[in-house]
Amino acid sequence: MNILVCISQVPDTTTRVAVGPDGKSINSAGVKFILNPYDEFAIEEGLRLKEQHGGTVTTVTVGPDTAKDVLRTALAMGSDTAVLVKDESRSDSFVVASAIAELATDISPDVIIFGRQSIDFDSFVLPSMVAELISWPSITMVSSLSINGLDVTAERDIEGGREQVMSSLPCVVSAQKGLNEPRYPKLPDIMKAKSKPITERTASSVAPRVETLDMQLPDNRRLNRVFGDSDADLDQVVRLLHEEAKVI
Amino acid sequence: MSILVVLEPQGDGLKRSSYEALTAARSIASGAAIHGIVFNATESQLSAAGAYGLATCMVVAGSEISSKQRFVAAAIAEAAASCSASTVIFSANAFGKDVAPRVAVRMNAGLLADCTELSGTAAQPLAVRPVYAGKAKLGVKSTTPSTVLTLRPNVFTAKADAASTVAAQAFAPTVDATMRSTVVTGVSKNEGSLEVSEADMVVSGGRGLKGPENFHLVENLAKSLGAAVGASRAVVDAGWRPHREQVGQTGKTVSPTLYVAVGISGAVQHLAGMSSSKIIVAVNKDKDAPIFSVADYGIVGDAFEILPRLTSRIGAITGRG
Repeated sequence: MNILVCISQVPDTTTRVAVGPDGKSINSAGVKFILNPYDEFAIEEGLRLKEQHGGTVTTVTVGPDTAKDVLRTALAMGSDTAVLVKDESRSDSFVVASAIAELATDISPDVIIFGRQSIDFDSFVLPSMVAELISWPSITMVSSLSINGLDVTAERDIEGGREQVMSSLPCVVSAQKGLNEPRYPKLPDIMKAKSKPITERTASSVAPRVETLDMQLPDNRRLNRVFGDSDADLDQVVRLLHEEAKVI
Repeated sequence: MSILVVLEPQGDGLKRSSYEALTAARSIASGAAIHGIVFNATESQLSAAGAYGLATCMVVAGSEISSKQRFVAAAIAEAAASCSASTVIFSANAFGKDVAPRVAVRMNAGLLADCTELSGTAAQPLAVRPVYAGKAKLGVKSTTPSTVLTLRPNVFTAKADAASTVAAQAFAPTVDATMRSTVVTGVSKNEGSLEVSEADMVVSGGRGLKGPENFHLVENLAKSLGAAVGASRAVVDAGWRPHREQVGQTGKTVSPTLYVAVGISGAVQHLAGMSSSKIIVAVNKDKDAPIFSVADYGIVGDAFEILPRLTSRIGAITGRG
């Protein structure tokens, strides 16, 4: 089974976001970049499928040269090969999805695995978009997955429960937290990954379909009224929730 | 030119997020017709939607199409073409997030995902969407003739006007039976708990509760409000609560009317998941906890002392608990 795992590099979750000089993107000065947390589940699932079914795991990211760091993490975890699709701008989801779809068409994997969302743009769109571009079925937000021959069965998280679904290979899957427990790469593997080759390629140029007009920081001003724990204070809080905020 | 809203039936009517999507559609319609498309709904389920601006609705019958995700996407794109819709609106729930990207590809349309503000026109909607887990927001528009949008649930308030009739029309899309699709074979519901991302009120507990055995204090407060129970990442990782209750950057993003954080210090990842709540109450014994900086009403003290007293006071007003 040939497995393509798609990962991304994102600002660390503790990053304090500031707007960059273009007014449309973050100021990346001093920002620490990490492997998108959900992509750890995607890489792990790819490795487990390889362990069960044989084959190879190829990991791809679309981004600038510095995104090679996350490919090295995937190599250290056990990915066989790594591909960087060079794109400085990653202007919108469609551009990234098209680049991945083009790679998938070239290398014909049996399954493509994503993390459920990348925590920078949080749009949840790549798995379904790539699948539609290459006319494959897809299963998003997968919390359990099993593949037998060409048959794929999975559970996906929906509001208030889980959906049981069936599909067939080739297929796109996106990993929910809890699908597996990602392994930690061992130090010798981290060292070895540093010298493994990373294939670089460029994607055919497509026009972005979404334009960013501006980036703003949210207005999170709050009432910030602080109370103690006396009976009178609790009476007051409940009265305010009832009469001032009118939420109860 | 028109707007097509993708509707989801639930109970006697539609999901609240469908009414929210219709209200949002009306806000940019300025004369453009608002059409709906729904799978497997009865006319009576559609009747309340008239008050939210739905004039005509295409109804696709039978599970043959609705259980297959790629057929659903193809049917919606075909419906959009049949009513010359330049804008298609979904809720950004599990269904919308799954299907909307496919519809956007089929329509060669830009996709504005998980929007929290909407303006502009039916021909050129302008949207605002949170990024970096709500630490920033982007103003976005599509550069294509048509646009697909998904709207974050609970953010757009559903507003009803005078009731009016909905003209339901059976819609039978062209089916390409050779298309391989994922098929839904069953659904299992979580036992008896309200879904945290859909709830109007959420009470979340964190490490300050000291152990899973103390979560009944949070559950009782939630019961007195009719709220869903949420949890911080720390207590989910510790195995005290299931992952489906986790609020934050690696859990669920919630925007309830009231969010109560109990024993949660307010790590930036948690704040990302709940800071768009309308009213925030925090209970924490550390007066310097970051959660107080995003709270409207903060109570400094011991959660074990405070929660039962808060619960009985709230229960006296709501008549619950």
